[in-house]
Amino acid sequence: MTSYTLDRRETINTLLAERKDTLVVTGLGSPTYDVHAAGDRDDNYYLWGAMGGAALTGLGLAQAQPDKHVLVITGDGEMLMAYGAMATIAVAAPSNLDIVVLDNQHYGETGMQPSHTGQGIDFAKVAAASGFSETATVSSNDDLQVLNKNIYQKASGPRLFVIKVKAENLPRSLPPRDATFIKNRFRRHLGLEVC
Amino acid sequence: MANAEHNNSGQPWQQALYKILRDAGVDHACYVPDAGHSELINLYENDSTTTANVLTTEEEGIAIATGAWLGGRRSVLLMQSSGVGNCINMLSLPVLSQTPLLMLVTMRGEWGEFNPWQVPMGKATQPALEAIGLTVLRADDTDSLLATVSQATLMTYSANQQIAVLMGQRLLGEKKW
Repeated sequence: MTSYTLDRRETINTLLAERKDTLVVTGLGSPTYDVHAAGDRDDNYYLWGAMGGAALTGLGLAQAQPDKHVLVITGDGEMLMAYGAMATIAVAAPSNLDIVVLDNQHYGETGMQPSHTGQGIDFAKVAAASGFSETATVSSNDDLQVLNKNIYQKASGPRLFVIKVKAENLPRSLPPRDATFIKNRFRRHLGLEVC
Repeated sequence: MANAEHNNSGQPWQQALYKILRDAGVDHACYVPDAGHSELINLYENDSTTTANVLTTEEEGIAIATGAWLGGRRSVLLMQSSGVGNCINMLSLPVLSQTPLLMLVTMRGEWGEFNPWQVPMGKATQPALEAIGLTVLRADDTDSLLATVSQATLMTYSANQQIAVLMGQRLLGEKKW
């Protein structure tokens, strides 16, 4: 198996540095910790469960906020549980939704068991075949610099980017687990009523 | 496909149901095709002021509806009872975050059912939904359905509840072959 060297925390720090008013949804496990480590914000929506729900929560949000850029940051294991979501998102075809899969080819949260992505399953190809407007797999710093610019440019349809990162469990950076608080904070940020 | 089942398309109660939902501000829908919902699906798909998502599996709609509410839109999720079992863990999301969720579930396996494969999930539908924390309401005739959905929209979107309305197979009629 190829081993990758990109550090997931540095990768997300760099990726989110230019986000401006991009709305971010995170998939459970390490991606949630990585995004929190880059700085807690009202416009982050963290998932701590509901595995397979990150990309689709992003779809609903993108359809409700068509003038805002929505960025889903999740892992390979979480996205594998949302395989069908690539079909649903491709058919829905929002042009303001991007999915970043932080792919360490393992289930880091449960003991680093190998996932499908180290064994031939290629999300970028699956998304491209499904009809995403742009897909890429990034594994070097140079490619990451290109992606960091590209991801905040206007797209013609949904995009999916795989970032191959080093398989390691970093110290956890824990956002609030209070799902109602996170929801209300996020909606208040958008100027929406909170119950 | 949908039209092979039930034969409900064009029934006036589905148009009345659509009006109730639209009057309640529900301009977003997700569905796995079902004959009992076929007219409602057509209405959501063919209205330029609505968004409709066809799903590959029912739990996708739970996450989409949650995201839609996060961004300020009201969504309804349409499925058959066989799809409820697919939804259970994903329902943690709206239940825990107190995000409004309205599911309209057409029942199979309970009244005039010819297909035994529909029966186990038909029996499990209400207890499974209640076990994960949803409020389950039920209608077995069209007047009751319209009244139930009308008040459920208020409870869902104003009181932040997660509600499944079960549409009885008696209301929908037996499947025609």
